[in-house]
Amino acid sequence: MKKGHIIGLGIIAIAIVIIMTSIGDASSYESFNTAWEMKEDGEDKAIHVVGKLKKDTSGQVTGLEVNEDKTSFTFLLVDNDGTEQKVYYNEPVPADFQRSEQVVVIGSYREKEIFVADKILMKCPSKYQETDVQAAGM
Amino acid sequence: MINTFVGNMGHLMTIVAFVSALVTAYAYIQYFRANEIEKASWRRFSRISFYIHAVATTMIAASLFEIIYNHRYEYFYAYSHSSKALPVHYMISSFWEGQEGAFILWAFWNVVLGLILIKTNKFWEAPVMVVFALVQAFLISMIMGVVIGDLKIGSSPFMLLRDATQAPIFEMNPDFVPEDGTGLNPLLQNIWMVIHPPTLFLGYASTLVPFAFLIGGLVTKRYSEWIRPALPWAIFSAMILGMGIIMGAYWAYVTLNFGGYWNWDPVENAVYVPWLILVASIHTMITFKKSATALKTSIVLVIMSFILVLYATFLVRSGVLGDASVHSFTDLGLSGQLLIYMLFFMVIAIFLAARAWKHIPTSEKEASVYSREFWIFLGAVTLGLMSFQVILPTSIPAWNALVESFGGISNMAPPADQIEFYTKFQLWFAVAIALLTSVGQFFWWQKIDKKALKDALVLPYIISVLLSAVIIVLAKVYDWKYIIIVLAGTFTIVANAVILAKILKKSTFKLAGGSLAHIGLGMILIGIMFSSGYSDVISINMSGLTYSNSWEDEMNKEHVLLWINKPTQMKDYTVIYRGRQKKVVGVPEYVPAKILESTGNVNEALALEDYKDFFKKGDSVKIVLEENDYFKIDYMQNEVLKFSLSPMSQFNEGMGGLISSPDSKIYLNRDLYTYVAAMNDYEDPEWKEDENYEVAPGDQFHIADFVTYFDGAEVLKEIEGYQLQEGDVAVKAKLRVLDYDVEKTLEPTFIIRNNQVGKLPVIDTELGLKVSLENILPEQNKFVFKVNQYQKDYVVMKAIVKPYINVLWIGTIIMLIGFSVAIFRRFDEFQKMRDKGLE
Repeated sequence: MKKGHIIGLGIIAIAIVIIMTSIGDASSYESFNTAWEMKEDGEDKAIHVVGKLKKDTSGQVTGLEVNEDKTSFTFLLVDNDGTEQKVYYNEPVPADFQRSEQVVVIGSYREKEIFVADKILMKCPSKYQETDVQAAGM
Repeated sequence: MINTFVGNMGHLMTIVAFVSALVTAYAYIQYFRANEIEKASWRRFSRISFYIHAVATTMIAASLFEIIYNHRYEYFYAYSHSSKALPVHYMISSFWEGQEGAFILWAFWNVVLGLILIKTNKFWEAPVMVVFALVQAFLISMIMGVVIGDLKIGSSPFMLLRDATQAPIFEMNPDFVPEDGTGLNPLLQNIWMVIHPPTLFLGYASTLVPFAFLIGGLVTKRYSEWIRPALPWAIFSAMILGMGIIMGAYWAYVTLNFGGYWNWDPVENAVYVPWLILVASIHTMITFKKSATALKTSIVLVIMSFILVLYATFLVRSGVLGDASVHSFTDLGLSGQLLIYMLFFMVIAIFLAARAWKHIPTSEKEASVYSREFWIFLGAVTLGLMSFQVILPTSIPAWNALVESFGGISNMAPPADQIEFYTKFQLWFAVAIALLTSVGQFFWWQKIDKKALKDALVLPYIISVLLSAVIIVLAKVYDWKYIIIVLAGTFTIVANAVILAKILKKSTFKLAGGSLAHIGLGMILIGIMFSSGYSDVISINMSGLTYSNSWEDEMNKEHVLLWINKPTQMKDYTVIYRGRQKKVVGVPEYVPAKILESTGNVNEALALEDYKDFFKKGDSVKIVLEENDYFKIDYMQNEVLKFSLSPMSQFNEGMGGLISSPDSKIYLNRDLYTYVAAMNDYEDPEWKEDENYEVAPGDQFHIADFVTYFDGAEVLKEIEGYQLQEGDVAVKAKLRVLDYDVEKTLEPTFIIRNNQVGKLPVIDTELGLKVSLENILPEQNKFVFKVNQYQKDYVVMKAIVKPYINVLWIGTIIMLIGFSVAIFRRFDEFQKMRDKGLE
């Protein structure tokens, strides 16, 4: 076998390893229900859940509890299927958190009552809204 | 009144630039095909056409800048990216904050590069400029803003606000011009953001040059000659792109607060991958020049680097990343256009390369293990695998979009812990690259056999093992992975330094580019290992509080809550938060915010007290960006103030809240990095219920937790900002409130006029107190104070020690110097050949 072939085989082998781990380590988008099923099946992998913050009838965010030392907090997230879940995040409350239209939590269930987010991504309302233009002008 | 002239001008120039780009492409094709007699006139026509294009492109940029510079908020672009408070250098950042501005910048760089190529090339001018003109046509089309039926081509930066939004105010008054813009994202208000985007886009733009030479070579059947003119440009491109990446990393380090310089965010990956491929292509091109091998590999790599830049642009700017990235751009509906742009050049390049494939000279000889070609090839392969490993998961959102566009469902998400995921591969690839560079360099400079190789490597090997041992012991590197990195890094540095010494002894500095760049690489590797691998969060909560949930205690609390003036223990330091500060024009240090009162004008404040020799009470002072608060954090050791850091935060309504930037204490061997993660909002405090205190002058009592002395009261003859009349009685009480080592004087005032009582309370935002003098009881010689509490000012802070981060920054500088030396050398070679009339 020529050296070229060995190198070629080596490249293919590494490429396959890369593809396999990329698929293996890739996370997935889940709902709270499927995430809990995964947890019950013993899978602890961190997953993504997309949802909205729970709001009361007047549109105020409810269920946000900041820890006494202000370095962590819990909140209620309603996923796209309508399941409500208490989520814990071990960071101070991000400043634009309550304004966010959509929240993606990346993490896993610790127990049924609490989903622990390792990371939170927020989608905030577009910077330029019609009302803003008016407010800026009046 | 609305000024439509500039916008119309800019829009007109966009169309001129687009048409002239197409005309240039056509004219250069004709010039290329024309016979000897007609050639001169076609050449003149092509050049004039490109010059017109160049002028038009410059005018587009000038018009947009005029709109921003003169605060023309009737334009959407100025309104949404700028504001009156911005200094000029940040207006420049506003220019490219939006996507349209970024495309203009890109097109502008292409024009500059095109002009240089016309000047420096003879033979290659026509084919290269055809590619340039076509790229320009695509880029300009992104900002055309032409709507034909349902088809929208490009997004124009010259759109008026009233056309861009449907705000009701425009129905009442179409000529309405907003007073002020919504401002530039404060994160971009940083000097690195003024120079990082132009550098990065010059890097993007310059990848076009080697690609254009390659296409020229394939069309003219000069399958190998294109390498010589392309090589200096490929190195230039790699240097500029590398510099852009480093600037971006440095910007992230000093402005963003994710706690580092690299996050494996899709936006970062999207520039990292083309850069790796570009570096690989440089190496194979150099090999080809030396020994006529690796031509096909070079062709593939040059095509890939250009297409990957377009793919990166597509990923970042099409909105396909969606919520996968923290800083993806808003979707302007350009995704289709970007895709066509990318596919157009991909198809052309693949077609031309495939057509020429069997004519491309290859060397049949199998490369020996003791040849430089072999090692370089291995290096290029490793770089290729490195980029493959990054681009694959980064493309997951694009994959989802693709599956969904065919009606399928894909719920794949990028890896949850990106840093861990990418690091576990990139680390080992980087170690492999480091070892390959050190071995490869020896083959590079001399023909070598097994024995000679051993002799050459023994000395650097021994030196680097000894050196590594010293580093490992002194810096306490006990993790086996990190030990390997130290070994690989020092081996690279030592081996390349040996080569460098030899080169300098034997010939000129001109040839030293390669070894310098590789020394830089070794330092970067070691610097990254220390600053990231041994990055140490020192703001561990040591309050000793326990929480109700047992599992919560296991979580590392990586932030500390600092109440104002209260000393808090944090690893080796005692830290104290000392309040907010502002930056004032003409004052080299930060000024306490409490002695400044906003006048209502933009960036202007009234001084409430004298401040050193800089200003007096009552002066009006100019503030640099009034929204910015700098939180003073004192770091003490053994009761002695060591230094203060002032991390910045800005409460920005328009951008949706708090935006923070860190501040670092920079030592030779480490950085102490500090940022504010949350702060007190005292704009609209919810005062707690009234508390009344009856005290006599000279008494000591407690307000909340504060020891307070009532020193007495005095009758006032006059009160600032208040007209006293005949018969009025005004009394000012003096309270001294102690908060740890700080003593504050609060002086509430009490006025009696015609049996009516007026009270002037004092509010201290730092202590969170509102105190008013409610009543005076002369019979009992007592004063009644009403106190409302809110909460003391605080910050939640994170502090990280990053050891040896300077090794990383110095390594990048050495690498960039290496690139520069190489550019100089290769361009010199090209010029000599050209002037001989060979090219």
